[in-house]
Amino acid sequence: MNRLRLSTGGLIDRSRPLSFTFDGRKMQGFAGDTLASALLANGQRLVGRSFKYHRPRGILTAGAAEPNALVTIGRDGRTEPNTRATVQELYDGLVARSQNRWPSLDFDIGAVNGMLSPFLGAGFYYKTFMWPADFWEKVYEPVIRKAAGLGRATREADPDGYEKCWAHCDLLIIGAGPAGLAAALTAGRAGLRVILADEGALPGGSLLSETATIGDRPAPQLAADIAAELHSLPNVRVLVRTTVFGWYDGNVFGAVERVQKHVAELRAGAPVERLWRIAATQAILATGSEERPIVFGGNDIPGVMTAGAMRTYLNRHAVAPGKSVAVFTTNDSGYRLAADLEAAGVGVAAIIDSRREGSPVGGGSARVIKGGLVRDAKGGKALAGVTIAVDGSNETLDVDALAMSGGFSPVIHLACHRGGRPIWSDAHGAFLAPQDTEGLTLAGSAAGVGSLSACLADGAGHAARLAGLLGRAAQPAVFGPVAGEGTGDAGKPLWSVPGIRGKAFVDFQNDVGLKDLKLAVREGYGHVELAKRYTTNGMATDQGKLSNINAIGLLAEARGVSPAEVGTTTFRPFYTPVSFGALTGASHGKHFQPVRKSPLHDWAAKHGATFVETGLWYRSAWFPRAGEKTWRESVDREVRNVRLNAGLCDVSMLGKIEIHGRDAAEFLNRVYANAFLKLPLGRARYGLMLREDGMIYDDGTTSRLGEGHFFMTTTTAYAAGVMNHLEFCAQALWPDLDVRLASVTDQWAQMAIAGPKARTILQAIVDEDISGEAFPFLAAREVSLFGGALRGRLFRISFSGELAYEIAVPAGFGESVADALMEAGEAHGICAYGIEALGVLRIEKGHVTHNEINGTVVPADLGFGKMVSPTKADFIGKAMVHREGLTAPDRLRLVGVKPLDPAATFRTGAHILAKGTEATLENDQGYVSSSAFSPHVGSTIGLALVRNGPERHGEEIVVWNGLMGETTPAVLCDPVFVDPANEKLHA
Amino acid sequence: MASLIPCPHCGRRPKEEFTIRGAALERPGPDAGQAAWMDYVYLRDNPRGAYREYWHHTSGCRRWLVVSRNTATHDVTGAEDAAAGKGGKA
Repeated sequence: MNRLRLSTGGLIDRSRPLSFTFDGRKMQGFAGDTLASALLANGQRLVGRSFKYHRPRGILTAGAAEPNALVTIGRDGRTEPNTRATVQELYDGLVARSQNRWPSLDFDIGAVNGMLSPFLGAGFYYKTFMWPADFWEKVYEPVIRKAAGLGRATREADPDGYEKCWAHCDLLIIGAGPAGLAAALTAGRAGLRVILADEGALPGGSLLSETATIGDRPAPQLAADIAAELHSLPNVRVLVRTTVFGWYDGNVFGAVERVQKHVAELRAGAPVERLWRIAATQAILATGSEERPIVFGGNDIPGVMTAGAMRTYLNRHAVAPGKSVAVFTTNDSGYRLAADLEAAGVGVAAIIDSRREGSPVGGGSARVIKGGLVRDAKGGKALAGVTIAVDGSNETLDVDALAMSGGFSPVIHLACHRGGRPIWSDAHGAFLAPQDTEGLTLAGSAAGVGSLSACLADGAGHAARLAGLLGRAAQPAVFGPVAGEGTGDAGKPLWSVPGIRGKAFVDFQNDVGLKDLKLAVREGYGHVELAKRYTTNGMATDQGKLSNINAIGLLAEARGVSPAEVGTTTFRPFYTPVSFGALTGASHGKHFQPVRKSPLHDWAAKHGATFVETGLWYRSAWFPRAGEKTWRESVDREVRNVRLNAGLCDVSMLGKIEIHGRDAAEFLNRVYANAFLKLPLGRARYGLMLREDGMIYDDGTTSRLGEGHFFMTTTTAYAAGVMNHLEFCAQALWPDLDVRLASVTDQWAQMAIAGPKARTILQAIVDEDISGEAFPFLAAREVSLFGGALRGRLFRISFSGELAYEIAVPAGFGESVADALMEAGEAHGICAYGIEALGVLRIEKGHVTHNEINGTVVPADLGFGKMVSPTKADFIGKAMVHREGLTAPDRLRLVGVKPLDPAATFRTGAHILAKGTEATLENDQGYVSSSAFSPHVGSTIGLALVRNGPERHGEEIVVWNGLMGETTPAVLCDPVFVDPANEKLHA
Repeated sequence: MASLIPCPHCGRRPKEEFTIRGAALERPGPDAGQAAWMDYVYLRDNPRGAYREYWHHTSGCRRWLVVSRNTATHDVTGAEDAAAGKGGKA
């Protein structure tokens, strides 16, 4: 079976065979194989179908840029489509499936698209599916989406774990090829904190495919020796299987480490991938260079691959590419491959060199055709031969493999991620990195350096220089003379071959051909950014790693300009695709966001609470009892019981802020619109906090517990925002004030006890006298509880309008205090009530929340106009709250609303219309901001913001809800539906 | 993805720990007049180049900072406590 596997050589372990399947067929490879090398060794050249024309495709490269060999691996929730077989390490039991074919890879119905190709050129979709307009969304797009695309994502959840971490270093080296290894050794020996990252499983890069020797050591041995020394250095961390995918501000690099994507058995508890953010003082980009394909007819037929890839499969994986090989090259590198093939006993039919000049050596005994061009490759699912044009005549060679080398493009992606533009170099026939990459140094062939010896010296030299910058003396590492290396000559770019018959591909993954690019230029889309979008060249998952340079060259040729003038499209992260899992890290499932639970959560749960999520909080919404069929029955009962007896509600999630300092009172006086300077000791006050534009920001009560000690409560939703705001005021606006702030929201369990029996119940646990005289409305004091066993804070404040208190105790005591109150209240008919009942109680009393304080209201709109201090020298919002538009009488202002027919209802958000007017924007009078069923009134009631509202009590209006098609005759009224004289409150 | 803010209290920390408020403007006096207040509350320059902003180290020391950065290059050129130089304790 493994007829193509060489019997000796390579970096594979023949004592460790690995079984895997491809499209259900059992195959075998060895440890050290990639999926691609194992497929090739098994004679499997056809590995996929192309995106658009469903052309048979093989393996083109041996690395991250692979556009063709995309397969789906894994099962169930671990299914990974579009996995590049060229970078996937083989493991025992790996399951791989080909993509974009039906019913099978060998016989694919979609290949009919290839015959239709004259009609499917660039811009085809734009031109064809224009009419009728609404067909695009309903018909064309779904059909096209179904036909196109490569692998299919699984809908099952990913069962694996991912994690994220930070790392800091003096020097990050990206790429562990010759330049990167030399740099790491130099910097590591000098004592720098070094991180060396490489996407491969072994450090070495091109050394692992190289037959040259360095100081008499084979190249792979040198790589292993350097890696061993690096591992022995405690200041060096080597990250293999780690792709550095982006360069960000502050010299921070993003990288993804594939921890367990190459193993048969997952180690429990360890992540499969790890996302690194690496903050580096300096970095070296030693990512090497990418070999270019050449654009000729049939350049996508399985059996055609880049010369460097063929050399990797031959030298590193011990796989022969075929029986008879032709090498088509524009530079000296093809000769190195020919020599290696010959040494391995593979026949080389010819080296076809596009250049006429020069006489490269080292190609072995193979025939050299100078000035020759491969015009067309022949074959269907496998290469059958090539047609060569030389000196005006054609020659056919029967070969089963063709290597091509169109020169090299330095891998400069990361150097361009922060906005720098690549620079075209005629000398290199390639784009080089931008000039100004502070903090990032390019080394080796990524910098356009040619030969192996030069790359080693370049990496070591740059590392020594950077070590000097970082204050360390360093000697560049030296490795001895290099024997048998290539010249590193760049050759001359060859963008096009004349007389092509077959399809010549530029972008293999998106099936963009030479003709498409020519068409784009003819139709006026010759600009590199336009051509990209018109033809989709470079827009596939490989992001044009192989195709962009050829597309630019062809556009330049068609427009008669230099590639420098065409320029490049923009390089952006990510260098290669990164899984959502890695980016998500641990933030999925129940860890997607934190859950905030009140200290009274368990108390509420044992009383049967139904919880509702509000922000991160889980709040008890209502407490259903046996026999109650709907939530409304429970809420109505709770509301009635609070007004009749008493209830206990968890209000722990209100924001709580401790304010201390000599100037705390003055500080509060400036952050609230109403006066706080003279708030007496032991008293609470309702406070209105404005924004600088005069709108209300938040409200709450603040109590004075000491001369320079206040306790502020905020609304639940704005707890964090108010804290940030107060810190801004204290630090940035008035740092001269002596004030200190601390958020204590989580430190206190706080509960409201409301209802006519509240005092009697509370007195059972409070040691001090809390009679109306001793503890009047708005009293706020620390109290002793349970005969001195505990101290708490007691506030006589009321959101419900009843005789009510809020008591705060240290969070850990919350549940036992609530238990004690429920026990003491049992004889008095106490019930637990949730935030739904709380909402009904406050609407009945006309109290506002953020339904009303919605960013559009000033104090006067809610009837708080007189609270805004006219005498204070300054407070947040003072300068703007009295602007003309904010004091206009026809502003939307607070009013009550109730239906004429008690059986009728309306909803929050419905609009108010004057009776008999049409529902138009001009006639809009305002809207319902809060609504609820009031057991006290016996109908739905609402609070509304209505034009001239307070002057219109008693006016019959219409509540109109256009979304639901509801129209409810109603009447405007006082917003206080219960106890307008506040008799219960002061009871 | 990431970048680092040199907090004067905590050192270089990832920007995700911070909250940006916007331009570091001087708050006008209460009697500065409507024009000055309109400018302070509503009008913002959108410069290409150097910019000074209030940043809050929300998930760190909780101090408000004035961060100087370049909107074109993203270079952070400095960060100081907002109270510095205003008679407060930074």
